[in-house]
Amino acid sequence: MKNDKDFGTPKKHSEKLVTLSIDGQQVSVPEGTSIMRAAAEVDTNIPKLCATDSLDPFGSCRLCLVEIEGRRGYPASCTTPVAEGIKVSTQTPKLAEIRKGVMELYISDHPLDCLTCATNGDCELQDMAGAVGLRDVRYGYEGDNHLASKKDESNPYFTFDPSKCIVCSRCVRACEEVQGTFALTIENRGFESKVSPGDTTFFDSECVSCGACVQACPTATLIEKSVIDHGVPDRKVTTTCAYCGVGCSFNAEMKGEELVRMTPDKNGGANHGHSCIKGRFAWGYATHKDRITTPMIRKSIHDPWQQVSWEEAVQYAAKELKRIQEKYGKDSVGAINSSRCTNEETYLMQKLVRAGFGNNNIDTCARVCHSPTGYGLKQTLGESAGTQNFDSVMKADVVVIIGANPTDGHPVFSSQLKRRLREGAKLIIIDPREIDLVKNTPHVKTNYHLKLRPGTNVAVINALAHVVVTENLTDEQFIKQRCELDSFNSWKDFVALEKNSPEALESEIGVPAQLIRDAARLYATEKNGAIYYGLGVTEHSQGSTMVMGIANLAMATGNIGREGVGVNPLRGQNNVQGSCDMGSFPHEFPGYRHVSDLETRQLFEKSWGVTLDYNPGLRIPNMFDYAIDGSFKGLYCQGEDIAQSDPNTQHVTHALESMECVIVQDLFLNETAMYAHVFFPGSSFLEKNGTFTNAERRISPVRKVMSPKNGYEDWEITQLLMNELGYKSNFQNAWEILDEIAQLTPTFKNVSLEKINEMGSIQWPCNDEHPNGSPTMHVDEFVRGKGKFFITEYIPTTEKVNNKYPLILTTGRILSQYNVGAQTRRTHNSDWHSEDLIEVHPHDAEERGIEEYDWVGISSRAGDTVLRAKITDRVQPGVVYTTFHHPFSGANVITTDNSDWATNCPEFKVTAVQLTKVNSVSSWQNKYKKFSEEQISFVNQQSEKV
Amino acid sequence: MITIYVPQDSTSLSLGANRVAEKISAEAKKRNIEINLKRNGSRGLFWLEPMLEVEVNKKRIAYGPVMPEDVEGLFDAEFFLGKTHQKSLGVTEEIAWLKNQERLTFKRVGITEPLSVEDYEKYDGFSGLRKAINLKPQEIVNAVTESGLRGRGGAAFPTGIKWQTVLDTKADQKYIVCNADEGDSGTFSDRMIMENDPFVLIEGMIIAGLGVGANHGYIYLRSEYPHALKILNEAIKILEGKNFLGENILGSGKSFYLEVRRAAGAYICGEETSLLESLEGKRGLVRYKPPLPAIEGLFGKPTVVNNVISLATIPIILSKGSKYYADFGVGRSKGTLPIQLAGNLKNTGLIEKAFGITLTELLYDFGGGSASGKKIKAAQVGGPLGAFVPESQFDVPLDYERYAELNAVVGHGGIVAFDEDTNMADMARYSFEFCTIESCGKCTPCRIGSTRGVEVIDKIKAKTDVEKNTILLKSLCDTMVNGSLCAMGGMTPFPVMSALKYFPADFGVETENIDI
Repeated sequence: MKNDKDFGTPKKHSEKLVTLSIDGQQVSVPEGTSIMRAAAEVDTNIPKLCATDSLDPFGSCRLCLVEIEGRRGYPASCTTPVAEGIKVSTQTPKLAEIRKGVMELYISDHPLDCLTCATNGDCELQDMAGAVGLRDVRYGYEGDNHLASKKDESNPYFTFDPSKCIVCSRCVRACEEVQGTFALTIENRGFESKVSPGDTTFFDSECVSCGACVQACPTATLIEKSVIDHGVPDRKVTTTCAYCGVGCSFNAEMKGEELVRMTPDKNGGANHGHSCIKGRFAWGYATHKDRITTPMIRKSIHDPWQQVSWEEAVQYAAKELKRIQEKYGKDSVGAINSSRCTNEETYLMQKLVRAGFGNNNIDTCARVCHSPTGYGLKQTLGESAGTQNFDSVMKADVVVIIGANPTDGHPVFSSQLKRRLREGAKLIIIDPREIDLVKNTPHVKTNYHLKLRPGTNVAVINALAHVVVTENLTDEQFIKQRCELDSFNSWKDFVALEKNSPEALESEIGVPAQLIRDAARLYATEKNGAIYYGLGVTEHSQGSTMVMGIANLAMATGNIGREGVGVNPLRGQNNVQGSCDMGSFPHEFPGYRHVSDLETRQLFEKSWGVTLDYNPGLRIPNMFDYAIDGSFKGLYCQGEDIAQSDPNTQHVTHALESMECVIVQDLFLNETAMYAHVFFPGSSFLEKNGTFTNAERRISPVRKVMSPKNGYEDWEITQLLMNELGYKSNFQNAWEILDEIAQLTPTFKNVSLEKINEMGSIQWPCNDEHPNGSPTMHVDEFVRGKGKFFITEYIPTTEKVNNKYPLILTTGRILSQYNVGAQTRRTHNSDWHSEDLIEVHPHDAEERGIEEYDWVGISSRAGDTVLRAKITDRVQPGVVYTTFHHPFSGANVITTDNSDWATNCPEFKVTAVQLTKVNSVSSWQNKYKKFSEEQISFVNQQSEKV
Repeated sequence: MITIYVPQDSTSLSLGANRVAEKISAEAKKRNIEINLKRNGSRGLFWLEPMLEVEVNKKRIAYGPVMPEDVEGLFDAEFFLGKTHQKSLGVTEEIAWLKNQERLTFKRVGITEPLSVEDYEKYDGFSGLRKAINLKPQEIVNAVTESGLRGRGGAAFPTGIKWQTVLDTKADQKYIVCNADEGDSGTFSDRMIMENDPFVLIEGMIIAGLGVGANHGYIYLRSEYPHALKILNEAIKILEGKNFLGENILGSGKSFYLEVRRAAGAYICGEETSLLESLEGKRGLVRYKPPLPAIEGLFGKPTVVNNVISLATIPIILSKGSKYYADFGVGRSKGTLPIQLAGNLKNTGLIEKAFGITLTELLYDFGGGSASGKKIKAAQVGGPLGAFVPESQFDVPLDYERYAELNAVVGHGGIVAFDEDTNMADMARYSFEFCTIESCGKCTPCRIGSTRGVEVIDKIKAKTDVEKNTILLKSLCDTMVNGSLCAMGGMTPFPVMSALKYFPADFGVETENIDI
């Protein structure tokens, strides 16, 4: 049940084939392949316990011994590589005797509780005992043993039962090789050897609950609590995780309609069988008691909710939207898409707006995260997407991480990155805060950490470019062949200016010039330089400038268009890439084609049978402003919690309060829903079909593993509303929507359910030129033809520190929680992070008399909130940091309306604040508490018919 | 000036050599006799330690064992002029134990002051290195190959072939690692070399470096050897100062850097792959082979891992030629073996002899028979993983091949004698017990098998299902021999099976019922 065929040892990549004979059968395999794997290739299954193909061979269990003609002894097939012409026997009387002898030893120290064991029927030890034909344990069971060892049940998701452990070290090796955390070890030696998370419990150890150890365990020693509770699953469906932009492929392992566990799919293109705490374990929210499954409506947000039928809810919503459009004009309504929803859902949402509302007032939460990526990369390279696949990192020689925290935000990619770093790739980190990769990651060494002042990204990228250009480290041939020379020359002249030198900028950036020079040289001189970046790049007033600056630097050094290099945005949400691809922006149709483009518009008009507006619609912040102005009155918001995730919360809630009809579609009564008039209960990712597109443009299938608890898949609800509004739509299933997307979007031309089923996942562009997709983009030429350099003048943010607000607040995430926490807060992940803390440098804390865990008031030009303090030198003096996973934290009460000049992406990462020691929560928090308690009570009250 | 030698190796020190030396100095001062007190190494006659020597007419006269309370009497008898005393042993070189040896590797041990470069060079020191410096790497490796030297740590793998593999493997970095984690019970030859003639080991390592193209060496030193640690570190410092170590050795353009690393205190770390893991800072876990350390060794680089004795034998091979060395010994067991006599014997200590000597000669002619005066029942040859050799085989010549025929091993040359009062079933049980304590715990046969082995022998001894359990014991031994990852689990059955085979009565096993 656990996974597909296990070949025992990893695949080897060699041009040279070696032919050998296994039990008389000829087999040819790449040089370096183990005998065990070669045998598995011809379906000869050699018994094994310590070997599994996700880990390097270890050679400890001694079950896989074989005989090789002409060689002495009984070599282990997992550790012995193939050799030309050898004759291997995998079954002989002597081998049977040795294997039985070894198995007898195992079982002499193993509890005999198979029938009541959680993995009965799904246990490799059990399978192997059967395979070697063990019938008797002559040692008896009264000898020394580990049967009385105490269970460690401290982790909320899995248990560790050392009495069942066979000390194969698969868990220890998985923690090291696959996850790269090194939390586990073997303690003591000889018979006393035991798996240990150090001198503590699993929960309190360095374990990050990625599940790799549980996945690797061949027995019930490390086992999901859900399997202990519900038993071994009986079917599985491959689907895609709905958390971050890594887009891990998972097997939803089921018993009937009940999800028993999520296990990473070893065939997953993005994750290759690995997972993190969120995707692997934090799915319990889907059945959390807070989930609302019945539609609700109300006249005013001060009224209790009324539960109604779907028909009634949809009718009411449509009626209201029509009324508003009649009264305030066509453009007075709009919708917000979610990057958490499928491509098919987001596609249908924008279709609803463009075809149903008759305007272009559609925007997406990518507005507040990666809109500058879309803009900046389109301008420079010609396509609004990252250039590589994740596997590309395995060929990088130097990795630059800018404004991203992969070990927390993109854990499964970070495991691959760490593997490459352990192999010796160099690392440059550009981040105001000391993320774990800087010096808290075992066997990873950061060569240069540029601990810049928040808001000075563009100064840094210009200084790096200055060094590259003035020290002749550019790749002239690449530039000549692949880029627009005029643009390069003007860029070159610009960055070469003295004002862009590290020396001129070091006081602004707060990083010694020499460090910047060394980092620039390292990036430019290693063979393959790869840049990975996150929201620390985009969420600034110059977010788009910085994205272009990154693309400039990559082009100037020839680091684009092959494996191991590239410009790689680490996308925050599962489907940021996809929702942007699907035309979720007010100015673009699917495939990033402008609404003013006649040819595109005609294509859609013909397909959709309507006339389309050629004016770009409202962006999210415009919607808020217009709502407050009184001209924007109706909003359909699907799967996004703008009241928590958008900046300047009080401005957002004011806007929401100003509207006449707010329709929220979600699993829970989220913060936005507290201001809504119609609540459409949404379906979880387990309850619908469709596709997600991850950060590497990988389109992966989302499959319905259980029926929607709310009655409909999300797209069906949008379609109901469309029909009720009078725009007729008749999709029978999500895959028909995918077909329409493929028909109308050139980069998706060859994408289909059949193709996805066949390949597992596809990276777009997938068209006639790239029928099987495109792992690497811009290989021979840029999508826009020639790469274009842009001048990136550094303009300091207007959000400046002064006497009143002397500190800069910047924000980030933590591993266990996901974004606004709507899901993870409803799981045991909160056991690790139950509240957001404000990180303060010891100097700043001392000046203000703040001690660890004190309540601290944080005030900005936008508002005030209160958090507890964590005093740490991870942050630099003058900078404070917090996460925003809990609504009560009010992190966005403090953030301001400042935004990126090109895309309006909020400047979340720079807010001038002051900290003061306080005794209680803020007035906003008191108000919030009262308001949210009242709103929650409204769900349970009955009210008169609206 | 009168020259008096008092040894300073750990054996002599543990028997009071420092107190004897102090007493001699004090007594000489009191009597106004000017002496030159030199601290040499032990000659390896442990039952005579502290054994002091006086140089008279260029001959050294020995007295021993000397206790502090003997010193006054020795002065009274004018021992400093070589005169007789009840502790007189005569001319050192004429003592039968020493006279009957072939000391090649140990030629200087006990004669020189360990940290005197002058002494070292006076007795041919560095003549091997000086030759090697002018040879091509392949010529150095050829010399070692032709000498027939085999790994003296116990595995007896031809040293030249190992070096050749490292020489032939292309890499940006190679290493020489000296396995000085001497852990076999009853062995001390490595310690004697390191404490008493450290330069010969270092010279051997430098030559190894020149031979295979390695410029960095590590001595992985048993943690319980504090004196050797001190002496080796001092020796390295001295040789660095004299440009035998470090950059551009003796102006040759070649470099060699050497470090001593204290071992982790585990027997298994004497196994070469565990040693490498430990040296890399990891748990001392056995690696699987291939890849061989000669191809992927320390930090994944080609590495020569040689025992102390193997490396300390290199200088004489280079200086006197491979043929000189190969002419000692018998058959494919060429050269000499430093044998360490221990256990229930009158005389214990170090004997360097050419291969081919018998246990009878060693135990009786050198060892003087049992210390208890009782009949010697068996000797364990080759450390805790070596077989018990019964009296009936005492006349089999000690060489690798002949011993292999007996299912026994020569190992590191340790011999521990047991008298007739010893119950060999207890010794077999102890072999398993040793394995339970020292197994690295990686592979199943060794990790669980050793514990079950103790339990099965206990059952046999308790007369519980003797027949069934004896069959089980043999089956377990077979699983361990054929299934274990390394020699620890693979050889633990050797002493067990030999004890059962030759001394079934000690187990209470009646041979007519069971095929042993």
